[in-house]
Parts: sequence; structure tokens; C-alpha cells
Amino acid sequence: MNKYEPLGRKLDLRRGCVDLSHGAGGRAMARLIADVFHAAFDNDFLRAGNDQSAFDVSGGRMVMTTDGYVVSPLFFPGGDIGDLAVNGTINDIAMAGAKPLYMSASFILEEGFPLADLQRIAQSMGEASRAAQVPIITGDTKVVERGKADGVFISTACVGVAPVDLDLSGDKARPGDVVLLSGPIGDHGVAVMSRRENLAFETEVLSDTAALHELVAAMIDAAGASIRLMRDPTRGGLAATLNEIAHQSRVGVRISESAIPVRAQVAAACELLGLDPLFVANEGKLVAFVAPEAAETVLAAMRAHPLGEKSARIGEVIEDDHCFVQMTTGFGGGRIVDWLSGEQLPRIC
Amino acid sequence: MKHVDEYRDGEIARGLARRIAAEAREDHSYRFMEFCGGHTHAISRYGIEDLLPASIRMIHGPGCPVCVLPMGRIDDAISLAKRPEVTLCTYGDLMRVPGSNGASLLKTKAAGADIRMVYSTLDAIAIASNEPERQVVFFAIGFETTTPPTAMAIRLAQKKRLTNFTIFCNHVLTPSAIQTILEASDPDAVKIDGFVGPAHVSTIIGTAPYRRFASEFRKPVVVAGFEPLDVVQAILMLVRQVNQGRAEIENQYIRAVTEDGNRKALDEIADIFELRETFEWRGLGEIPRSALRLREPYAQFDAERRFPVVTKPARDNPACECGAILRGVKRPQDCKLFGSACTPETPMGACMVSSEGSCAAYWAYGRFRQFEQPSMQRVSR
Amino acid sequence: MCLAIPARVIELLPDEMARVSLDGVVKAVSVALVEDVVVGDYVVLHVGYALAKIDEEEARQTLALLHEVAELGAGA
Repeated sequence: MNKYEPLGRKLDLRRGCVDLSHGAGGRAMARLIADVFHAAFDNDFLRAGNDQSAFDVSGGRMVMTTDGYVVSPLFFPGGDIGDLAVNGTINDIAMAGAKPLYMSASFILEEGFPLADLQRIAQSMGEASRAAQVPIITGDTKVVERGKADGVFISTACVGVAPVDLDLSGDKARPGDVVLLSGPIGDHGVAVMSRRENLAFETEVLSDTAALHELVAAMIDAAGASIRLMRDPTRGGLAATLNEIAHQSRVGVRISESAIPVRAQVAAACELLGLDPLFVANEGKLVAFVAPEAAETVLAAMRAHPLGEKSARIGEVIEDDHCFVQMTTGFGGGRIVDWLSGEQLPRIC
Repeated sequence: MKHVDEYRDGEIARGLARRIAAEAREDHSYRFMEFCGGHTHAISRYGIEDLLPASIRMIHGPGCPVCVLPMGRIDDAISLAKRPEVTLCTYGDLMRVPGSNGASLLKTKAAGADIRMVYSTLDAIAIASNEPERQVVFFAIGFETTTPPTAMAIRLAQKKRLTNFTIFCNHVLTPSAIQTILEASDPDAVKIDGFVGPAHVSTIIGTAPYRRFASEFRKPVVVAGFEPLDVVQAILMLVRQVNQGRAEIENQYIRAVTEDGNRKALDEIADIFELRETFEWRGLGEIPRSALRLREPYAQFDAERRFPVVTKPARDNPACECGAILRGVKRPQDCKLFGSACTPETPMGACMVSSEGSCAAYWAYGRFRQFEQPSMQRVSR
Repeated sequence: MCLAIPARVIELLPDEMARVSLDGVVKAVSVALVEDVVVGDYVVLHVGYALAKIDEEEARQTLALLHEVAELGAGA
């Protein structure tokens, strides 16, 4: 019997750092995977120790998505790159009306990255994955030289299954459809920005990162056949999402500023930095375009769910060859909500 | 938000709009220029023009320091940033402004230059303090609102005995620009009936400097606060002045602006800065005594003296109508390049580079107006 | 000109600095340009500096005037 520990000495998770050996495929990498990832994600698939995992799928259409996470800073009020990655990927599946089943996670680590931070991120992912009941069943690890990655980059994929008769798509919005929003906008972007160097301010705003698949399930139960499409307004904010849909469906959208919920602190932080909440990223919100006769029913189902308590009807779809998103301001005048070019930057003017 | 939300009240706005509609004479056309880019932005963002009768037209002025900064100065900042020892600190507004050949601070940063976006000059001073091996250059722009923060940075640098902090000074002056517009002898010039005066420039300089526009040029000026109700109230005050044949300086923003302004800020500026004989304004050409540079006692904080900076004039596209637009003679939609070659992603001239330039504001908030939009009706009598 | 926002002074700090709050968002800013600032004052904030104090009485007058001109409450 081999009396030596098969994977060598345990990692010093408190003070150790990632080095190139952790990505080289040998004992060090196996140690890293066991001590950090398997420990945090903890399921039978991973314990089998293979490069892939097999599972059965019953009934419906398969849905698949992939995503990359490069957020900086890695840790921010209300979350970190880890739970952001899990929730965000699940949400892509959920927006198709599908039930997310299994996830993969692949890590690109920068040489020198503290193991304590990596463990924190992995644990955060494990918790998010268990809360959503979507296990991470396979993964990969690579290490690159110092300076070639911003600490850690996470790439994910997720598979799910959608009911056969459900076909949500960005080109299905029709004039007369109602636009519903599941809650206040701007929380995630403000939370992240509050930790950015040279922009820091104190705030209690937390990232709204959340897995929305159960909220979606409730909406589909209520009136699935009447939902045209759903989308989560991440980068580029609500403005980007509405513009994307308007162009995909070749329609116009008309919304009312006073109907859009924004937390007071988020509004204040945006004022301070010269940002518009419409363009700020969200990570736990969705927009749904719904047939008018079912709008109240879907809205009620959303409000009944903890992640949709502050849901609101914010506008409707109109005919418009130019595909503008028009907004009536709280002040009473009109403006369009344009597609932002690149990320919004704080302004002084 | 206190002192903010009250001035965004839609019900009061509708009441004010009715009042303006009642008092604006049908047989008269009112052309008011809002000087300040911040006001241009507010007018577009809140859709204020929808509340005004058709007889009132707002002309957007050149009070946008990013817009009027010549491309050559952006090129200079990029050159400074490329120096390996330099850390260039800048406000967010400048990151995407294109210099010659499509370069920008954002692209230069992507290529490896040490360019850092800051919220305040205080952050730039902190960087200089914490990183003594770096030469920190602060890209200073802005009208009189933003000049005092630069002045205070110089004071702090003095106090901390920093030898690695300089500013690249592009501060410009409001009254000079207003004068240039009034003196412009365009054959197509639109007669401007009055000015909505800048809010926060005026907290610094007071209302006194505008008096000569009333006396010499017989133009009313109403200094207005930053919120939409402030702007609408100021427009009503201008309508009344025009109707009554008055040309006075009035202050709508009494809660923050006094006649004398901020004495302390003005004293600091007078001690630290002096007037340049002339300065090029993008779209407006050379304007004498319109910009600032550091006085000799503060030469050690002047990036233009520490580093070799030779500003080359950079010409705008000849089809670009920014000059005419900045003087209020043309509108964004009158420019051939608008919306085609010139968009916020690919700005060709001053008015599109900053989100509060006339063209950018029109693009972002108002371009739907060129098309028939029955859902957006103007308030009628 | 330029983006400036009214914020409430919640704490005075050494070196002519202060903490201000905008609806619960707190930032440390310079009050070097404004005289005699006390906790509770509202200041106009621009790029990390207070430029002026908001005069509460003048603000009240402005709002009263706005309400009057808009003829609110008079059958509007």
C-alpha cells in the first residue's frame, strides 16, 4: 500500500497563491481541484473524478448557454464573480422559459492569485449552485502567467430543458404587448462601481445577483402561452435590452419613467457620478413582453414571488419602423432611450 | 433627494407650461440660448421643449468644455500618457474623445498607457502621494465651475511638497465665449433674444460678470439652476423680459448663486492662474483672453513646462457644421454628417464628442422628433 | 455649468474635508472652498468639492414661487 498522500501536501489555503504548477495537469492541479473546487461544489458527478459527466434528460427541448465572467473588482457588496457566474448563466437558460439542469465552470487563473480568494469564490459558487439546485458537474482549470488574467476569469455553460410548446424569442414582440419589469434597476452596477478605485463611495446598495428560474417558472405556470419573450437586462442596462428587442421584433417601445422602480440610493449614486440608471447593469432582474390580455395575471404571479415583489408594468409595444424606445419623463416631456455605445462612464459635465 | 426632486415635479411643470403658453406672444418668436452644456443635457433628457409653445426655440450654446477642446490638445494628452513615467489622470468625460487619426485616451489605455479615470482632483493628488515614482499629470478641463478644484489640487500639492504632480491646463472662461457669440457677424446668424445663464459657473463667478451683456448688447440673462423646473422658470422670466422690453440680469438660482459669487474660489484662481493671450476653441476658432494657464510661481506644477508639449492644430472635417451649430446658426439635423458619418460612436466634431454637445444630446434624446410621432404632442394653448 | 448635486453634510473631517450624504450614499469631499460649513448644511457638490451652500430660505422662496406661478390648487 502506498503510504504517501496521493496528491501530495494539502494546499495552504490561507496564505498560498496560485502558481503555474496548478495548471500543469499534475499532482498540484489535482490537489487544487480537490481542495478548492470539489470541496465547494461537492456532488456525486464531481466525486467520480472524470473529465466529463453524463446525465439523462427527459422530455422537452434542450437549451444550452455559455457565458464568461471578468468582473472587476472580484468582490463587491452583495456578491462576487462566483455567484455572479452561477446566477448569470442560470438566468440565460431561464429567459428561454427552460428549467436549468446542470452547469460547467472553467477557470483561468492568474499566477499569484491568492488561494484564499479562490476558495471564497468557489464557496460562493457552491452556495449559489445548491440554492438554485443546479449542480456544477464538470469543469476545467488553467493557469496563465502573472499579468495575463485579471485574477480569475470564469467561463460557464449550462444546459436546461424547455417545454416543447414554449417558444420565447426576441423577435416575437407585437404592437399592443405589455412590458413588465421584475424590480428596481441599477443595483448591480452601482454596487460594483462603489468598489472601483477612484470612484469609491459608501453605500448600502447590494448587487441584485440572483437566479431567476423559479420566478420564471411561476410566470409560465400563470400564463406561459401569452409570454412572447423574456430577457435579463445585464450589461448596457434596461436601455440596451429594450433596444435589442425593439430591433429584433421591428417594433417601437413606449415606456413611462415614473413607472420604472429605482431605489433611492441607486438614484443618488447615479446622480453623484453622472450616470443614468437606465444604462446600468442588473443581475437579478428580467423584462417580459406579454400579450395584453394576460398582463395582469403575469404581473400578479411575479409580485407573488420574492424576486419579483416590486414588479411593475412599465410600458407597451407600438408600431414604429424606426424601432425607437420612447420614454415619457417624470417631468412630462418626451425623449428616446438610446442604445448606449460602450460602457457608460461617469461624467463631470 | 432634497433640493433635487422638488424641482422635477411634473405637475408644477405643466402649470408653468400653461403660464408660458399664456404669456408668450403669438406674433413674436423667442430664441433663447442656453449657454451651459449641462442645461442642454437637462433640456434634452427631460424633454423640456415638449412643454414650450412653438414660438419659443432653444438654441444650444458652446458651454461644453469637452466639446470645445481642440483635437490637438487631446493629441497632446495622449502623447503625455504614452511617456512611460507618466500616469495621466482624467475625468471620465474625456476618455472616449477622439484625437487625430481616431486615437483616444481609452484606446491608448488599452494599448498599455497608464491612464486612470478619477472622480476628483483629490484622487489624482492621492495617486501622486502614494506613487512617488510616477509623474502624475492631471488633465484639467472645464469652465469656472471646475477650475477651483484644480486650484485646490495645486494648493494641496504645494502643501504636501509633491514634486511629481503637474496639470495639463485647458480651463476656459464663460463670459469670453458668450461675448464671441454676441459679436459673431454671421449673415445667417439667428438673433438671440436672451440667455439662460449657467448654474454652477455662476456659483463661482456670481451674476456680476453678465452685466455687460445686458448693458452693451441689450440681451437679458437669467441665471438658472440645474433642475428642469429651474430651466422652465428661467424661460418664463426671459419671456417676460422680452415682452416688457427689458434687458437685465436676473437670478433664478437664488438658493446657490449670489451676485458676488464665491470670493474664496475667485481669490485662489486669481493667485494661481493667469489669462492666456489667446486659445483655440474647437468650432469657434481663436478667442483672445478666453483661457487660463498657471502663473510663473506655480510653474513647477505645469505639465506644459515640465514636458515638451507642442500643440499641432488639427482640422475638423470640412463638412462638419459644429461651428455654425455652436453659434446657434444651424441645428444638428442641418449637418450632412449627422447620423451618417457622425454618430456618438464615430464623432466627427465637437458637438458629438460629449454627451451634452448639441448633436450628441439630440441624437441620444431627441432624434425621434424628425419623424412623425403623434404620441408626443406639444402643449398647446 | 457642469454636473453638480446638492448633498447634506453629515460629518466634518480634518484638513477641510467633510462627509456628505446624498440619500444615504456617503462620500468624503473637500469643503475648502466654502466658509463656515456645519453638519446639516446642504452644499452643491462638483467633482469632489463643495462649491456653495444651499440657502434654505431662498430655496423655500423659489419653491413657493414655482407653486404660485404654476397656479396649483387653483382648479389646475
